[in-house]
Amino acid sequence: MNVDWNALGIVAGVGIASTVVLVALFCVGIAAWGRREAGSGGAAALTGAVSCFALCAAGVLYGLYLIVPQLHG
Amino acid sequence: MEHISALVLAVIITAMVFDFTNGFHDTANAMATTIATGALSPRVAVAVSAVLNLAGAFLSVEVAKTISGGIIDESSGLNPAVIFAGLVGAILWNLVTWLYGIPSSSSHALFGGLIGATVVGVGMHGVHFAAVVQKVVLPALAAPLVAGVAAALATKAAARITRRAEQDAPETARRGFRAGQIATGALVSLAHGTNDAQKTMGVITLTLIAAGALPHGATPPVWVIVSAGAAMALGTYCGGWRIIRTLGSGLTDISPKQGFAAQAAATAAILSSSHLGMALSTTHVCSGAVMGAGVGRSARSVRWNVAGRMAVSWVLTLPAAALVGGGAALVADRGTAGVAAVAAVGAAVAALVFVRSRRSRVGADNVNAVDLAAPAVAPAVAVPLAAEPPARAA
Repeated sequence: MNVDWNALGIVAGVGIASTVVLVALFCVGIAAWGRREAGSGGAAALTGAVSCFALCAAGVLYGLYLIVPQLHG
Repeated sequence: MEHISALVLAVIITAMVFDFTNGFHDTANAMATTIATGALSPRVAVAVSAVLNLAGAFLSVEVAKTISGGIIDESSGLNPAVIFAGLVGAILWNLVTWLYGIPSSSSHALFGGLIGATVVGVGMHGVHFAAVVQKVVLPALAAPLVAGVAAALATKAAARITRRAEQDAPETARRGFRAGQIATGALVSLAHGTNDAQKTMGVITLTLIAAGALPHGATPPVWVIVSAGAAMALGTYCGGWRIIRTLGSGLTDISPKQGFAAQAAATAAILSSSHLGMALSTTHVCSGAVMGAGVGRSARSVRWNVAGRMAVSWVLTLPAAALVGGGAALVADRGTAGVAAVAAVGAAVAALVFVRSRRSRVGADNVNAVDLAAPAVAPAVAVPLAAEPPARAA
């Protein structure tokens, strides 16, 4: 029996790391947006929030790109 | 395609029926927490999920290839009657677990049914047991663990990062997490489409290969992809409300923040393993993630008795479906009368389950209301569950 531990390890590592990074990014975005709503952050907070959400969206799109074989031969 | 026999047609239709049960069994995975927190209304949630299921079916065929050409040996004398028996085993297990509101794995039901039927109809050599361990059993153990750990860490991180925002601008935080929940719920639906719709595509492809209509090692034709995706989307739209209730409010009480973290973890786990052609169970991943999100807040917020019963059903799913599939193969392998007998018994059991389910109906209107004696109006948020397990309450 030839168990592909490597593949399992990759799934585990990629799964956990990408989850935590994306959720954290999104939360940083929420925190920045919240600061702005609460009045303690100006344009910088808004820029931060928008770039966090944009990065999240980019991460998701990259993930989708990876699983669609037609997109990368 | 000119020589498709009546039996092959029957198998294809049965595969579609399985895909339909797969859809309504697994709506919960994508949308249970979204519905429980009220981020989307139940009807809208299942509609969104169904559309994305269909879209996901077109994305990739890695998992389909795992079935036709991986687990079952196409060249071992497998015939459509055996595949038919396997599908009946899988459908029956899915229906019974749905009746009790248990989020068991449709994938394991399918694999179990096929493995049992193949062993009885063809012999031990018809199943690649090494592939079963590597592509089914190991991912089954690892996937809920990975998704659970990811969800727990993400929940903790989310709580820490947004602590101030939740105090200073609670409305903003809540809206943000709800938006995140909707987005991640959509992604789980998409991932579910790429993963589970493919399993049925794999089975239909396997049948066409066994019947000689396709060459060995063929990938699913377009009409198979379209019809499998459509059958599952329809099932998803019908909504497996009993299971949505268990996963959304039975296992632990989910806040939008936790729902977001859980679904993000589930998406990441499903997509990364789909990419590698591992046919892991969406159900295991999503339940593991919901549990992890519960642990991430506090281990006591998880109803471990519900979790325990779920774990037992996970272990039972493959062998139980294998038994039913094997028994069905014993009969179905005896010619047309045998196949007809299996179909009749299967239809009778399905009808019985349906009648039984009407006695304590769970639908879009009362999915979040755990006490059935409560008013029929659905409350906006999940009512915490008492000690009574949902499997019995539903």
